[in-house]
Amino acid sequence: MKILFPLIAVIVLVLVALAGVDGAHLQTLFGIYIPYAALAVFLVGIVLRVIGWARSPVPFRIPTTCGQQKTLPWIKADNLESPHNTLGVIGRMALEVFFFRSLFRNLKADYDENRTGNELTYGSAKWLWAAGLAFHWSFLFIFLRHLRFFSEPIFFFVPFLETMDGLLQIGVPRLFMTDLVILAAVTFLFARRIVSPQVRYISLPADFFPLFLILAIALSGIFMRYITKVDIVSVKAFTMSLVSFNPTLPKGIGSVFYVHIFLVSTLFAYFPFSKLVHMAGVFLSPTRNLANNSRAKRHINPWNPDVKVHTYAEYEDEFRDVMKAAGLPLEKE
Amino acid sequence: MAKTPSPQELSKINHEPSNDGWMEMPVDFRPGTWCYSGKASALETLELPNPREWQPTDEDWKLPDNWETIIYEGFRERLKKFRSLKIFMDTCVRCGACADKCHFFLGSGDPKNMPVLRAELLRSVYRKDFTTAGKILGKLAGARKLTKDVLKEWFYYFYQCTECRRCSVFCPYGIDTAEVTMMARELLHLVGVNINWVLEPAAKCFTTGNHLGLLPHTFKDSIESLCEDIEDVTGIHIDVPLNKKGADVLFITPSADVFADPGIYTFMGYLLLFEHIGLNYTMSTYASEGGNFGLFTNNETMKKLNSKMYAEAKRLGVKWILGGECGHMWRVVHQYMDTMNGPADFLEVPKSPITGTVFENAASTKMVHITEFTADLIKHGKLKFDPRRNDHRHVTFHDSCNPARAMGLFEEPRYIIKQVCNNFHEMPENTIREQTFCCGSGTGLNTDEYMEMRMRGGLPRASAVKHVHQKHGVDLLSCICAIDRATLSTLMQYWVPAVEVSGVHELVGNALIMEGENERTTDLRDEPLEGMEDDE
Ligand code: HEM
Ligand code: SF4
Ligand code: SF4
Repeated sequence: MKILFPLIAVIVLVLVALAGVDGAHLQTLFGIYIPYAALAVFLVGIVLRVIGWARSPVPFRIPTTCGQQKTLPWIKADNLESPHNTLGVIGRMALEVFFFRSLFRNLKADYDENRTGNELTYGSAKWLWAAGLAFHWSFLFIFLRHLRFFSEPIFFFVPFLETMDGLLQIGVPRLFMTDLVILAAVTFLFARRIVSPQVRYISLPADFFPLFLILAIALSGIFMRYITKVDIVSVKAFTMSLVSFNPTLPKGIGSVFYVHIFLVSTLFAYFPFSKLVHMAGVFLSPTRNLANNSRAKRHINPWNPDVKVHTYAEYEDEFRDVMKAAGLPLEKE
Repeated sequence: MAKTPSPQELSKINHEPSNDGWMEMPVDFRPGTWCYSGKASALETLELPNPREWQPTDEDWKLPDNWETIIYEGFRERLKKFRSLKIFMDTCVRCGACADKCHFFLGSGDPKNMPVLRAELLRSVYRKDFTTAGKILGKLAGARKLTKDVLKEWFYYFYQCTECRRCSVFCPYGIDTAEVTMMARELLHLVGVNINWVLEPAAKCFTTGNHLGLLPHTFKDSIESLCEDIEDVTGIHIDVPLNKKGADVLFITPSADVFADPGIYTFMGYLLLFEHIGLNYTMSTYASEGGNFGLFTNNETMKKLNSKMYAEAKRLGVKWILGGECGHMWRVVHQYMDTMNGPADFLEVPKSPITGTVFENAASTKMVHITEFTADLIKHGKLKFDPRRNDHRHVTFHDSCNPARAMGLFEEPRYIIKQVCNNFHEMPENTIREQTFCCGSGTGLNTDEYMEMRMRGGLPRASAVKHVHQKHGVDLLSCICAIDRATLSTLMQYWVPAVEVSGVHELVGNALIMEGENERTTDLRDEPLEGMEDDE
């Protein structure tokens, strides 16, 4: 059910695009209105989401410390795992965002009640990290490569990325490695959700949907590029017309193209309302983006509450007799 | 009270969840896996809502009539006050990296003890009440309505989390289920759902200044009797200043160190150290508790209890505060105290009167950890040791959750141990430092009626101890936490009976060569020292 439903949803999305374009000839809707609307939803949604997070204060300084704090000068402090200044925090965040530092720690617990001693051992488990990194980096590469369609003259880094990505020099058009990597990585992430009993148990439909959607986007893109060999010149003319807010529909472009941009539009519009906001959330996570210096510098809580305390005077009033008998010093005799 | 299963029975654990959905699985309040409810009197002292007689196994929990609204409003308020809660509700991708990192999951196999699922218990209600997708799509979006059964589930599982933060180390977004648990416990308090083992100590702390409810004279008597024990072992007579004005340093440690075995030996170690260096210090009967069970209640109670530290330091006119070996106390001191009850502008930046070292890392909070203080003394050659007096022990070190993952205190205790002991062995690397495993009984869960769960939760720690016990003959598990000293002792008796538990300053106390002392023939526990026994 939790797998089937999102799968059907993605299939329906594909069929809707096909029916809309081939059947109802709604090219304008699928080529122009929906992409614009999706982009608007994405931008407004993400901005509102981030503002929503940022409006809640961070009352306490709660970094998770994964390395030695800065204390005595002769003890080596770990400024990346337990940052004591802004530079350290930036370093720590960079490691998280670019290399998934925390996920790299992943272990797999192995339990065997019959082992003598140590029935629990922890094996290295880097597959999730490797697949996650492969997926995200190829996604980023592919995203940046797409900027070829949205810039004139083409951004300087795009040809460089294309050369890098096409290094294998196979076929015409040249095979991009990231196309294979993203398919493999998404397939792995999906398989993992089914094969691992624990991950299957925690998974929701909302965990399968983006995987299917991204897989469908990648497949439709690959189909256009390597099989139907879509006319790049018309596509570029069309995308540039979108960029210049003077949209003109392309002629003679197959429906796969519309499927592709409809799925991408769905992804964009879905993004701010889903777990995909982790892209922005990771930057605001208080256990990672704060320096571990709360004893050196006071952290302010804007809503620091007034509380009723039990004062020393009250305490002495309550226990004066026994304190006196025990010879403890008193404020009032 | 439930009979605790034998280690053999308890060892059978299945970590593969069934195929049923978790949302429909009701909670089974099996004896040994939940704690008694908070007593009405404790709630009244702390001014917490809905004091009454009830138990978790009752069908009717006597919730206020509008309990759903109270929780809803409380949730909304906390989303406004804590960015952490919002981010942690929104960003989880259910990658499962945290799943097998929790000691309660490893020890019980209960899928709802996977940190991600523990958080989902709250998140599912968050989706229903606060997200558009959840409101429209319901279960399909992982949302569900808050019902009495869900509330019971919250109670059960948010009191099966010790807020140890191990999950947070592995999460790619740093999602800290400890923080989620703290929020959930705050919500549960709003409708009077809580446990006695947290609230009664907190209430006693509020009135008498310490968890055990020791009155001023009893506190003094206990300390004096420990001083007699010290005199028996070393021949040194020590007087401990109490509530003394004008001392340089106010020393605050968990009250368990004054009263409970084996914490008392650590306490004897502190006193020997202070005597050795001639420190001008005082302790206080008013601020006689380092620990703070308010941390396990809600942020207001935490602030209330913590306020005594600065108030007393100000009243006594000391220069700075020295803190003893305690785990959660140090989470509060390091990450919360200055924010809640500061600024401590009536104190000075801590400076060791012996070495002159200025503790810049505590420049604002003005409170120094005793292992930082002692490590500095050793480094400057101010302490005379005979480490052979710990030769009868093979020692390992347990990083307590809070000093490890909420402070980053790793090197100081190790440095000290290596100076005072000749036989030190680390446990396997995935079970120490930032990856350390909880004792299984933190956050006020160290109560007898909860024994099965405690032994389950402590299994990963015990398993690692067993490993070094078999490999290196380790027989002493040292730590810097008063809860650990109590709970690990029980845990070891259950899983690895040959191993005892100590604080780090107990080892220091054994090794310190005091001026004018008798020749030591026993350690502080009165156990004979190999090769140094009495000849008669
Ligand atoms: C700053 C940028 C981002 C960071 C640091 C980041 C980090 C991560 C990490 C660490 C994971 C867990 C590992 C995994 O499951 O692969 C993850 C999962 C995921 N991310 Fe991202 N991400 C970012 C942006 C994005 C973007 C732009 C997308 C695509 C729209 C995306 C889609 C996903 C998906 C679908 C998953 C779940 C994979 C699964 O099912 O296990 N992420 N992300
Ligand atoms: S590791 Fe973090 S993102 Fe992954 S399931 Fe656990 S809480 Fe969610
Ligand atoms: S904080 Fe500790 S006890 Fe709580 S869920 Fe995380 S690992 Fe488990």
